[in-house]
Amino acid sequence: MMYEGPVQDLMDELGRLPGIGPKSAQRIAFHILSSESADIDRMIAALTRVKLEVKFCRICGNVSEQDECRICRDPRRDPSIICVVEEPKDVVAVERTREFRGRYHVLGGAISPIDGIGPDNLRIRELLTRLGDGVVMELILATDPNLEGEATATYLARLLRPMGLTVSRLASGLPVGGDLEYADEVTLGRALSGRRSVE
Amino acid sequence: MPLFRDDAVVLRVHKLGEADRIVTLLTRKHGRVRAVGKGVRRTTSRFGARLEPASHIDVQFLTRTSAAPGAAGKLDLVTQTESLDNLGARLSLDYGKWTAASAICEIAERLTAEEGEPALRLYLLVLGALRALDSGEHDVTLVLDAYLIRAAALEGWEPALDDCAKCAAPGPHTAFHIAAGGVVCGNCRPPGSARPAPETLLLMRALLRSDWPAADVSEAFHRREASGLISAHIQWHLERGLRALPMVERG
Ligand SMILES: [Zn+2]
Ligand SMILES: [Zn+2]
Repeated sequence: MMYEGPVQDLMDELGRLPGIGPKSAQRIAFHILSSESADIDRMIAALTRVKLEVKFCRICGNVSEQDECRICRDPRRDPSIICVVEEPKDVVAVERTREFRGRYHVLGGAISPIDGIGPDNLRIRELLTRLGDGVVMELILATDPNLEGEATATYLARLLRPMGLTVSRLASGLPVGGDLEYADEVTLGRALSGRRSVE
Repeated sequence: MPLFRDDAVVLRVHKLGEADRIVTLLTRKHGRVRAVGKGVRRTTSRFGARLEPASHIDVQFLTRTSAAPGAAGKLDLVTQTESLDNLGARLSLDYGKWTAASAICEIAERLTAEEGEPALRLYLLVLGALRALDSGEHDVTLVLDAYLIRAAALEGWEPALDDCAKCAAPGPHTAFHIAAGGVVCGNCRPPGSARPAPETLLLMRALLRSDWPAADVSEAFHRREASGLISAHIQWHLERGLRALPMVERG
């Protein structure tokens, strides 16, 4: 089905978003059409601001309003321990547990050769640079508990072990196959505190 | 809406929406099938762990269209899975094996152009290759190259290793040309032909015939040369670039 110019354009744009199929795109487009102008203006402003004002922390790669994110700037956070995650949303998941007082490193995804994503496509070089000053003593590999996350952790562990750091992986107990962000706080907290060092 | 049950190897997974996953499977009886696993990324999912790359599973689908799984139209739904072998989980703990498994799965996907078309021999070849990687009995590179050259042979692209690929003059020949399809004689040899060592051609023959005792004693130099020719051969036939194959970590 095709609609008149602007409606179809909006549906096409919405349909490019992750997880939005043609049906949802149509539903959202008509919702927007019937919304108050003030609501739409707020949404436009939020979209514009997110692109203008939010950047990625130059240290850890998390989303940030400044060059360095809130966590990297916080002197109370332990600089000797880094939790390595795939996506910014995983930082939120680990923060929710209140179990972790160190800092983060966001890789920007997982290694997936079949999708053409190798180590060079992730922020691994940046991680190695951070380890250069000798402050970091421990790394927790908190990639997703699925096989791409596991393979990424396997790669990182092999790369980092010779550097004389403690490298640990979240304790099992997280169900395999899931996304980290769906783990509840208690389970994820337990997996963090029960982390085991990678041999 | 019929139910189908089959054995399968998971070739690839894609995230879909909030918590679903599209899985591409190579099944024993129904060829390549794409299906949706609902809610498998939630950590409460009962079967998320089984719908992972390179896993060997017993799977039940609900087809939402016509007669057979993989038919055009809406994607089939995965309604049940049992693990037959956690191959993928073990392979993910060794980065070299994982990259090789990814290449094996990617090429199987590319060789099954039509969904739902039975491909039993390829299925058995994929499963055999993943099991061989897991067992660690042979070098990762040899397992991958044996899979590649035998998959090419299944497709009817077996490289000529004895007689000239162009005029069938009896070998042995010393020149090898990818576009010509293998070894070529002195008369047919196009410019730019490779000149592999005789041992490299012997190794390729051993891989094609699953002669493991011969392959296992080959030297690193000949393995590298054979890998280069086999990769170039398969890439030439598949035309569009392969993503995982260049990322394979070769020992
Ligand atoms: Zn930061
Ligand atoms: Zn000839």
